[in-house]
Amino acid sequence: MNSNISLEVNVAGIKLKNPVIAASGCFGFGREYSRYFDLNRLGGIAVKGLTREPRKGNPPPRIAETPAGILNSVGLQNPGVQAFIEKEIPFLRGFDTAIIANASGNTIEDYEYMVKTLSDADIDGIELNLSCPNVKEGCMSFGSTANGVFEVVSRVKKKAGKPLIVKLTPNVTDITEIARAAEAAGADAVSLINTLLGMAIDAKTRRPILGNVTGGLSGPAVKPVALRMVWQVSKAVNIPIIGMGGISNGTDAVEFLLAGASAVMMGTAGFVNPMAWVETIEGLENYMAENKVKSVTELIGGLIV
Amino acid sequence: MDNIFKIAKSEMLNADTFLLTIESERIAKKARPGQIVHVKCGNGTEVYLRRPISICSVDREKGTFDLAIQIRGKGTKILSNMKPGDEIDIIGPLGQGFSLYPKHRKIIVVGGGIGIFPLLQLLKDHPADNKKAILGFRNRSLVILENEFRQSCDGLFIATDDGSYGEKGFVTDILKKEVEKELPDMVFLCGPIVMMKAGVELLKKYNVPCEVSMEQRMGCGIGACLTCVCKVKKGDDWEYTQVCKRGPVFSGDEVIFD
Ligand SMILES: Cc1cc2nc3c(=O)[nH]c(=O)nc-3n(C[C@H](O)[C@H](O)[C@H](O)COP(=O)(O)OP(=O)(O)OC[C@H]3O[C@@H](n4cnc5c(N)ncnc54)[C@H](O)[C@@H]3O)c2cc1C
Ligand SMILES: Cc1cc2nc3c(=O)[nH]c(=O)nc-3n(C[C@H](O)[C@H](O)[C@H](O)COP(=O)(O)O)c2cc1C
Ligand code: FES
Repeated sequence: MNSNISLEVNVAGIKLKNPVIAASGCFGFGREYSRYFDLNRLGGIAVKGLTREPRKGNPPPRIAETPAGILNSVGLQNPGVQAFIEKEIPFLRGFDTAIIANASGNTIEDYEYMVKTLSDADIDGIELNLSCPNVKEGCMSFGSTANGVFEVVSRVKKKAGKPLIVKLTPNVTDITEIARAAEAAGADAVSLINTLLGMAIDAKTRRPILGNVTGGLSGPAVKPVALRMVWQVSKAVNIPIIGMGGISNGTDAVEFLLAGASAVMMGTAGFVNPMAWVETIEGLENYMAENKVKSVTELIGGLIV
Repeated sequence: MDNIFKIAKSEMLNADTFLLTIESERIAKKARPGQIVHVKCGNGTEVYLRRPISICSVDREKGTFDLAIQIRGKGTKILSNMKPGDEIDIIGPLGQGFSLYPKHRKIIVVGGGIGIFPLLQLLKDHPADNKKAILGFRNRSLVILENEFRQSCDGLFIATDDGSYGEKGFVTDILKKEVEKELPDMVFLCGPIVMMKAGVELLKKYNVPCEVSMEQRMGCGIGACLTCVCKVKKGDDWEYTQVCKRGPVFSGDEVIFD
């Protein structure tokens, strides 16, 4: 690593040694990828979406390949927040990387419970998932209207003892309106985008490929949409933004920073290349060295228009 | 990460199935029968995800392993066009293979279609002194790896749906006859869900333990994304678990086929 450059960023009080975070749902609780690379390299890890009680998730198939991307319909399968606290945090705390707990619920009370419980746990931040397209209740149904977002966020903010990141769905008419509602309700940061609702059909069998019929689109295919949304939201709010959607390498990460993100998350790219996160950090360093950028913070919102 | 290997050989086995021999001392040494690899098809995003393929056989001395692959869609098509000397991007070996218990003296493997592939190395490695193989194909033109299987077991039975080769009918019919003749200590099944389900139900009646190798669409291939699940028993309840990590091989009484 080049010692003259600094990759450090601070997102709403969460100190990250570099701006690259593993995206929720794509990295489990870190155990699997720890066999491929040193988790100490990561700026942070957003863990699999947690709920109050364990969830079984949706019936398979849960993944379909699309041009330069995938659809998933996992549906928040997770062991529940207590199991996370007891079994997964001790493992993750063995690494010098920020832990971000991704939280979902069916009701506002669930979200309050999650935020209160996680605020007492040894983690660095809470990412409120108001954007999962794969469950019937909660989540995206709160996240798709400004009023819904304002209501949930203002209620849970009262219980929050940790930085609160609100994760936004792209499945809305105007994402800036949603981001403004999150900010007004007290969100410390926003993260975007969650997956775009889509579907895949097998013409041969005349059936949907996914067991849940519809699923969420991610991967390189969504990058232009994600970049546009990060750019729009950065002009609409003053709180930090964590950008994601199709990031696969250092150049992609730079683009999100320029569009206004203070940090980035990556998920799908790691399915194809388990080293994608590490290579993105290295690519970012190389870009900074080549372009004589001393601190990564100089790139944030640096788009020339 | 040690994931770029050279292709040593590529040969067609029938009109749509080919065998790739790949050089990797590490995978040849480490791979256990029933484990899979996750294969990148081409360099770009045109075929985005890796493809899960079973390890068909390994040559631990030469440091190579074989994948038998049927051309199904665009990913396997790209793989079929690869030539000796080309580099291929492979993660693995992954998942849990078959159980090779020394106390199992008599075993039967039952495979259907592309499900026969992981059973070859299983036969080669299993310490049992009586090993039988029952393989099913749709018709004569699809019968492959017959000699390889014959050399690796003590009795080979082939069934075709249309009777154009071997016996006409289902592999599970032959299995029933064999089990009734003499109870095996263990049976291994890999193939279409209906075949494995019928096999598991049959063997349950005779109290013969068995293992099945499950198939599911995959993302990461290493257990992190929870996309590749199948239903398994969990106490009095059930759960979805990762085929890529906890499987692809499961105990026959553990999987819930529905
Ligand atoms: C555990 C396991 C072991 C396997 N072992 C072998 C083997 O040894 N030899 C062999 O020929 N095939 C094997 N398969 C099936 C093989 O993975 C698929 O045929 C292959 O992924 C099809 O890719 P494609 O691009 O040609 O087809 P496409 O239809 O273009 O693929 C589109 C997407 O669907 C997925 N997909 C399609 N069919 C299957 C399937 N049956 N299982 C899982 N994903 C699928 C692909 O991976 C891809 O993501 C195995 C599958 C699994 C799950
Ligand atoms: C298999 C899978 C599971 C996901 N699960 C979650 C989840 O539990 N919570 C969440 O907030 N986002 C989840 N996401 C969305 C990702 O965190 C991310 O927002 C999205 O995939 C876009 O980034 P990417 O293109 O880098 O993957 C999931 C995505 C995938 C592909
Ligand atoms: S493919 Fe990701 S968990 Fe199995």
